[in-house]
Amino acid sequence: MKKTSLRAKILNAPYIVWAILFILAPMFMVVFYALTDRSGSFTLQNITALAVYKETFGRSIGYAAVATAVCLLIAYPLAYIMARSNASKQRTLMLLIMLPMWMNFLIRTYSWISILANTGIINSLLRALGLGPVQLINTPGAVILGMVYNYLPYMILPIYSIMCKLDYSLVEAAQDLGCSSRSVLRRVIFPLSLPGVVSGITMVFVPSVSTFYISQKLGGGKFLLVGDSIEMQFQTSYNYNLGASLSLALMVMILVCMVVMNRFADEDEGAIIL
Amino acid sequence: MIIDLKNISVSFDGQPILKNLNLYIRDGEFITLLGPSGCGKTTTLRIIAGFLEPDSGEVVFEGKVINGMPAYKRQVNTIFQRYALFPHLNVYENIAFGLKQQKLPKEVIRKTVEEMLALVNLKGFEKRSVASLSGGQQQRVAIARALAVKPRVLLLDEPLGALDLKLRKDMQVELKAIQKRLGITFIYVTHDQEEALSMSDTIVVMDNGEIQQIGTPTDIYNEPKNAFVADFIGESNILDGIMHEDFSVEFHGMRFQCVDKGFGSEEPVDVVIRPEDVDIVPPDAGMLRGTVTSVTFKGVHYEIIVDIRGFKWMIQTTAYAAVGDEIGLSIKPEEIQVMKKSAYSGLYGDYSSFSEEFDELSDPQAQTEENAAEESL
Repeated sequence: MKKTSLRAKILNAPYIVWAILFILAPMFMVVFYALTDRSGSFTLQNITALAVYKETFGRSIGYAAVATAVCLLIAYPLAYIMARSNASKQRTLMLLIMLPMWMNFLIRTYSWISILANTGIINSLLRALGLGPVQLINTPGAVILGMVYNYLPYMILPIYSIMCKLDYSLVEAAQDLGCSSRSVLRRVIFPLSLPGVVSGITMVFVPSVSTFYISQKLGGGKFLLVGDSIEMQFQTSYNYNLGASLSLALMVMILVCMVVMNRFADEDEGAIIL
Repeated sequence: MIIDLKNISVSFDGQPILKNLNLYIRDGEFITLLGPSGCGKTTTLRIIAGFLEPDSGEVVFEGKVINGMPAYKRQVNTIFQRYALFPHLNVYENIAFGLKQQKLPKEVIRKTVEEMLALVNLKGFEKRSVASLSGGQQQRVAIARALAVKPRVLLLDEPLGALDLKLRKDMQVELKAIQKRLGITFIYVTHDQEEALSMSDTIVVMDNGEIQQIGTPTDIYNEPKNAFVADFIGESNILDGIMHEDFSVEFHGMRFQCVDKGFGSEEPVDVVIRPEDVDIVPPDAGMLRGTVTSVTFKGVHYEIIVDIRGFKWMIQTTAYAAVGDEIGLSIKPEEIQVMKKSAYSGLYGDYSSFSEEFDELSDPQAQTEENAAEESL
């Protein structure tokens, strides 16, 4: 075994300090707060109190799952078409996808309020046509729309980058061996793009399940998600211990998801998660 | 006749790739499309496979026009240049790919795959991942995969290009043996003239999107139709000549007896003499005399460059001559091949700028260029 040289140690130092300061220390704080009460003594009360949030967790997972599925349905064909287009079209499409990401997340969410509100753009249009106002904002659909809109690029990009690398002669080989376009997709393109799909799913599901604010603004506070509950514990109730316990539960949940997804991707090797 | 290409034209970005190509292919023959980079040979193959539609012309398969028929419905299969094996499948699944698509019973698939693995000498490789195989083994899997679906015609697009010389020679013999055994038509694309000569029943020499000559390997070598073919297949000394009358041709200011006829009286022609057909004799006994300017030992023979009145000849002989020697050349009438003048006249056949190093260097580069040009189609 080679001994780590002094040089390597010095080069690694900033990263190690960074990791301790910004990754390990906060995690430790979360665990510490979750397992103590206000006075700082050990308790499991915060963990048992999570039972109350069963519904919130369920809703978070459900909404995030639907949002992820919708993202996948939109992103997959789009990524495929992009990868098959000529270079200038690819650049234009990429720009259109990236453009919203240059704007602040909050501003984007606010603009959806003005689009979906009862006196918003869509409803004004419908009213003018005599189709009359439809309740759009403050519905589960609006919350999911917000998630899809914000996280769609994270689904498109990994799939697109895998599709670009796909050797087109494999498609021709499949056609050559008797595959119609649909079979080519099912038997060659999809299995080969699976690592991109898996990483896209992770990159959309994780932020969706832990998001807050979207549900407050587009759901009118009626559909609280885990992220909102955590925020409330810290910002309104000042119950850091319960907030930390919620965070811990969420973290464990995400970790489990990622292990499962990674295992899934490993079988087809070459996953690019994290 | 299994395939008939009629008046096929293709252009890409206004650049003609194939110009009014006509070619028929007999059932069961080993036919090779031979030519330099960008001559249109791969394009021709892709048209037969169904990956590319010609701008005009008909593709006929067993008497039926199959223009517009998608690749997956055609009874032809392709061995791709870089094999195009499916990386997510193992050897067995790769070979079974086409059979599964036909929804054959599992038992039939298993038996066929076993047969194919035996055919390409890869027994016991079923469970291996394709990435773990060497180039030669991947090549064999690609052959097994294409043959498993029992095609009528197998298309091979420079299949041995990525293999080293020794392996390439072995695979040439094996491919030829497989073709003989199965009795199916092989259409083989290569830029390697040696490969073409040693494997083919018929060679189609192409250049610039046009067929230059079709014939058996012997015909192509011994009776090249024009300066391009003479130069591309083997080494040739190509001289300006005048056909005075039947059986009499003049070059280097001398009259020679030959076996060609049917040219106009006093018609300007190209004369081809293969380097191995020239005998070295004492200067006085020779029909031509010249000075040796370079000698290279090649193992079986010497390669000698001789300057005759400013034109450099290449001679391959077992007799030795030293640089600076004055030697005589003797040529038998049947070794002189007279060709009509063509667009290629004067472009080839003089060895004054001959350099082997250049020859070898230009080859792989030309190949990548062709890949780039033809893939973009």
